[in-house]
Amino acid sequence: MARPWQAPLGGLLGALLLLLLLPPLPGALGSSGGHGEGEGEGNGTVAYQIVTFKWLHVKDPYIIALWILVGSLAKIVFHLSHKVTSVVPESALLIFLGICLGGIVYAADHIASFTMTPTLFFFYLLPPIVLDAGYFMPNRLFFGNLGTILLYAVIGTIWNAATTGLSLYGVYLSGIMGHLNSGLLDFLLFGSLIAAVDPVAVLAVFEEVHVNDVLFIIVFGESLLNDAVTVVLYNVFDSFVAIGAENVTGVDCVKGIVSFFVVSVGGTLIGVAFAFLLSLVTRFTKHVQIIEPGFVFVISYLSYLTAEMLSLSAILAITFCGICCQKYVKANISEQSTTTVRYTMKMLASATETIVFMFLGISAVDPKIWTWNTAFILLTLVFISVYRVIGVILQTWLLNYYRMVPLGIIDQVVMSYGGLRGAVAFALVVLLDEKKVKDKNLFVSTTIIVVFFTVIIQGLTIKPLVQWLKVKKSEHREPKLNEKLHGRAFDHILSAIEDISGQIGHHYLRDKWSNIDRKYLSKVLMRQSAQKTRDQILKVFRELNLKDAISYVAEGERRGSLAFIRSPSIDNTANVDFSIINQMNGDASVSQILRDTSSSVCLDMQALEQRRKSIRDTEDMFSHHTLQQYLYKPRQEHKHLYSRHEITPDEEDKQNKEVFQRTMRKRLESFKSTKPGHNCNRKYKFHKQGPGQKRKTSNVMPNGNLYTEPVKEKDTEVSEAEENNYDNLHTGLAMDFLANVTRQNIMDMSGVDNPVFSADIEQTATMRFPPWLYSEEMVVPSPRAQEQIPYSPSNFQRLAPIRLSTRSIDSFLQVDLPEERPRAFLPDSTPM
Amino acid sequence: MGASHSRSEEIQELADKTGFTSEQIEHLHRRFRQLSGDQPTIRKENFDRIPDLEFNPLRAKIVHSFFDKRNLREASEGLVDEINFEDFLTIMSNFRPIEMDMDEEQLDRFRKQKLKFLFHMYDSDSDGKITLQEYRKVVQELLSGNPHLDKESVRSIAEAAMMEAASICMGQMEPDQVYEGITFEDFLKMWEGIDIETKMHVRFLTMEPIAPCH
Repeated sequence: MARPWQAPLGGLLGALLLLLLLPPLPGALGSSGGHGEGEGEGNGTVAYQIVTFKWLHVKDPYIIALWILVGSLAKIVFHLSHKVTSVVPESALLIFLGICLGGIVYAADHIASFTMTPTLFFFYLLPPIVLDAGYFMPNRLFFGNLGTILLYAVIGTIWNAATTGLSLYGVYLSGIMGHLNSGLLDFLLFGSLIAAVDPVAVLAVFEEVHVNDVLFIIVFGESLLNDAVTVVLYNVFDSFVAIGAENVTGVDCVKGIVSFFVVSVGGTLIGVAFAFLLSLVTRFTKHVQIIEPGFVFVISYLSYLTAEMLSLSAILAITFCGICCQKYVKANISEQSTTTVRYTMKMLASATETIVFMFLGISAVDPKIWTWNTAFILLTLVFISVYRVIGVILQTWLLNYYRMVPLGIIDQVVMSYGGLRGAVAFALVVLLDEKKVKDKNLFVSTTIIVVFFTVIIQGLTIKPLVQWLKVKKSEHREPKLNEKLHGRAFDHILSAIEDISGQIGHHYLRDKWSNIDRKYLSKVLMRQSAQKTRDQILKVFRELNLKDAISYVAEGERRGSLAFIRSPSIDNTANVDFSIINQMNGDASVSQILRDTSSSVCLDMQALEQRRKSIRDTEDMFSHHTLQQYLYKPRQEHKHLYSRHEITPDEEDKQNKEVFQRTMRKRLESFKSTKPGHNCNRKYKFHKQGPGQKRKTSNVMPNGNLYTEPVKEKDTEVSEAEENNYDNLHTGLAMDFLANVTRQNIMDMSGVDNPVFSADIEQTATMRFPPWLYSEEMVVPSPRAQEQIPYSPSNFQRLAPIRLSTRSIDSFLQVDLPEERPRAFLPDSTPM
Repeated sequence: MGASHSRSEEIQELADKTGFTSEQIEHLHRRFRQLSGDQPTIRKENFDRIPDLEFNPLRAKIVHSFFDKRNLREASEGLVDEINFEDFLTIMSNFRPIEMDMDEEQLDRFRKQKLKFLFHMYDSDSDGKITLQEYRKVVQELLSGNPHLDKESVRSIAEAAMMEAASICMGQMEPDQVYEGITFEDFLKMWEGIDIETKMHVRFLTMEPIAPCH
């Protein structure tokens, strides 16, 4: 197991090592190069140089690119070994890597040239991570737990900041820490920056742990929303320290409290406003699809910068921008753009996260910032852990009075343990002004230690802890249609119960909100076409079908062709059939034939066919059908014209869609297919329908007389009825042919009472219809079939069973597919 | 009205039966009075007076379930014309949240009770099975809020959902088997792994009713 990747691993490691040496190396080269250049200029350019080495010219972007490359390569290396990454969180590994890199750089250069500056962090590294978090936020869960999250984010953070700061100050007064040039305010300032749980660290660790959704959203939501508190506390204490403790008045304190509301509400509003703008813009980007994804990023980033500019909470702004716009943006932009947005966002977030942790490691390697004070550092670690636990317990105790689903002890343990500190704290502490805060270096070193401790130690141990405590994990289940439907029903039922009992509760509010959303917001912010398809249930339905289609095609690929589509006999379906045949009548000849032509039952049916029909006809029809329906046309030479503004839709795409549509048809058909005895009913119905009838009537029919139809009909009755209808048919030859075929089959069937058989006859019958006869109204399932879910041979999800028909999904497709895509796969109906 | 002590006894009795606290019962009683127009019983028409209910797509089904005998008294079917306060409470108690001190067995019963209520709501002809017919109707009502969805696709969804149910409950089926509908056992099976007890609940407050009704 380990062997195969050892060689490439070694190679990669070598390459990586080379790269590690690169940054300092060019650094050294760069200085000399620059020097040389200067000399050259001094001498006056003697000759024109064909090749010049201009390191300084490209230095900064070059180094940035190199760092990103190193980080990404490091990720590859980490993931070569599953053992390591399953135990050690990636963030911890990256920090170690950063320390190593920092060491190398330092050894080569003797100055810590690369550290994470607050500007770099707040302007470039943080926004992508937070945007990603907001844009993919499970909104329902988030708003469902908003109260809890807010309590932890606001009260929890204030609690942590105050207690940590005050306790440290108290201990300092006792004299254990020796002498520091700090007053109470400095300690509170430090407390406020160390108090906040960090979204980057939490995400990095919790994503690997997979705790249940509620727990995750609470910890994660807290880490996102506590930004406002952190920013305000930090700013307030920072300015207090600047003006000096003795000059702080009560007015200033009030101002601080007011500024909290301004900062948080203002940040949120900015985010919502930009989300509105973004949604509105994407509504009109239909013709500039290629830059569609760009809007998402640019406008969200602008919300961040705007909030920053107005000194509001930028994290809140971009979070809420993502949260609010996701629904409309996802509905508006095209499928390709959605994918692009998703991947770009994930890539940016993941890359920046890598860099953040790596830089944290690198920044630690700088002797200038290290000031060791054992008591201070240790006590900080103790206090933040202890107060986190106490805070969580107190708040949960309070919350459980109000929460519908109380948080248990295990949840509380994980929540306290998940209080990871990270890069935000580091960036804030670096931002401190050394002139005002005398002990800045001590604070910086302590912060680094705290961050490393929480990310590495807690990150390492949280997984075993979660396992040991048997915390409810999040399960990745396939989306189930029933679940979605019931979920929807719940929403309505619960809001109704709230209405009836006369309370304004959670469901009541949500109900009202979704009404407003449907009536006004969606109309303004969503494209017309998107409004139709945005329904969640429809989405799940579609997803399921798509998955089926994919697995279906994959199955086909596995077997080398899609031929099995027309021969269900290969499937377990047919195996069942065989055994039954053998059991039921022991008809050696039939089963023999079946076994011999193990490739398909259809062949056998063809043989029966040939008794009445000329071989040629059938084969023509059959092959035509096969070609038309199941084989792709050879891929056409694509004209690869370069265009910056358009991407021509892929041929493959079209084919995928085609397969999808076909599978959908199958899926529903298989489910509708009746007990064998009722197959004739279907045909009977079809004839009764008459080809001239419009689709609408055929839609109504099954609904109209569901109970009135006799449940069982004898074959003879059917043929009688059919005969009548047959006479009434006043269509062209094609229809006659069709009727003929069916009639013959039914006649045939009256002789054979093997149910399995009839099913197959029916199938071949449909298959024999040439596409030009393929009308939508062809087969209407019998009422009984609709009433009762019939057996479908093998696993439903796998859509193995194939009963041909053309109905029942088209309308869905109509809804689902953009209008411009014609239903090309159905040869246009109504035989003339 | 009766003397005050008997009233509090009555409330206590109801509280024991339904699991509500006496404040909640007081509160719900006020609401009941409000809905019924100070009558001892509520009829279907009384529910029409709740304006917020008007746009609820499942309105008919929900109101119906208040008068469904299966939800009120065990082992009988059909509808009653009016319900008294105790019945009202019985229905409401299906939506109580779980309590911290419930043990496994209680939880299980609680869960079943909730699901039973739901099942009865879907199974409109009370034959113990949710047929495709019934399911389709529910789905139709559910999706009626979306005017863009046409009937046909709603049907397809119902069918696909039923198919899914069949595959969950029956697994591999014999060729000539017919899945006739979701029985309560199947219903339980479908809900396995989903915390209904954490989903199907309403916070019953002790405050004055706020939502208007006329």
